[in-house]
Amino acid sequence: MELFRPGRHGGVSAWVSAGEAALLRSLVTPVMDMMGGDRKDQPQRSVVDELEALFKEGPAPQTPTDPVLARLLPDAYQDDPDKADEFRKYTEESLREAKKYFAQTLLDTLPENGGRVKLTGDQARDWMRAINDVRLAFGVRLEVTEEFEEQLSALDPEDPKVAAFEVYGWLGAVQESLVRALARLTGEAAPGWPG
Amino acid sequence: MSVAPAEVDLPRIEDESVPDKPWVTIVWNDPVNLMSYVTYVFEHVFGYPRPKAEKLMLDVHHKGKAVVASGTREAMERNVEVLHGYGLWATVRQDT
Repeated sequence: MELFRPGRHGGVSAWVSAGEAALLRSLVTPVMDMMGGDRKDQPQRSVVDELEALFKEGPAPQTPTDPVLARLLPDAYQDDPDKADEFRKYTEESLREAKKYFAQTLLDTLPENGGRVKLTGDQARDWMRAINDVRLAFGVRLEVTEEFEEQLSALDPEDPKVAAFEVYGWLGAVQESLVRALARLTGEAAPGWPG
Repeated sequence: MSVAPAEVDLPRIEDESVPDKPWVTIVWNDPVNLMSYVTYVFEHVFGYPRPKAEKLMLDVHHKGKAVVASGTREAMERNVEVLHGYGLWATVRQDT
């Protein structure tokens, strides 16, 4: 992979191999599925459906029990479950939709068999968020700490977790290149990152 | 980010008795979010200049959390929604 940098088209650009494109797809898709079933390739909901859904009293969503979901859709109020549930009732669906949208942007702009990825600033921010959601999911499942490099080197090389840690690290590098490239687009120096 | 359609219906009566205390948006430290990314999000979402965004990011990193904005409850809830979209661990609280 050639990581992201500012492109001549005024956005950012990178180059991914066929294998990396397949890997990104395979990582983003399950997170997207966790955010809810309906995909772009399914029939569009009509305005009437949307309105009906809006006024229908469904079961109120609560803090997810799955730790990955709880991290992706966190409580907005700490130590106040009533306020947290109330907030969730009104916002969780749109947050799920937003996360699916970011993931869909990534899938739509990723060349199927690898190649040049060209993104506008908005698409790049969608990529950052989609990749970040995958990293958050990995972070929870792998119990990643701030000493992630040490965690990786302490693993037995035969441990199946090694590959997952390596993918997690790679996603971090891709995300960081997006941040740098976007910061350079706006003509500022890239943010420093002590760790 | 879209605004939740039903947001205006949130009952706020209980809070009107203490109008003088502002609400705050808090961002909590987590081991996954990159420091560069968090700085970028603070700049992009709040329009903060780089030095302020970096200082807040470092506060989150070293102190475990930081107040990144204050104002009305509605505005802080909107912040939290946007920050959750970016995967930051953000909460709302009335200032004490």
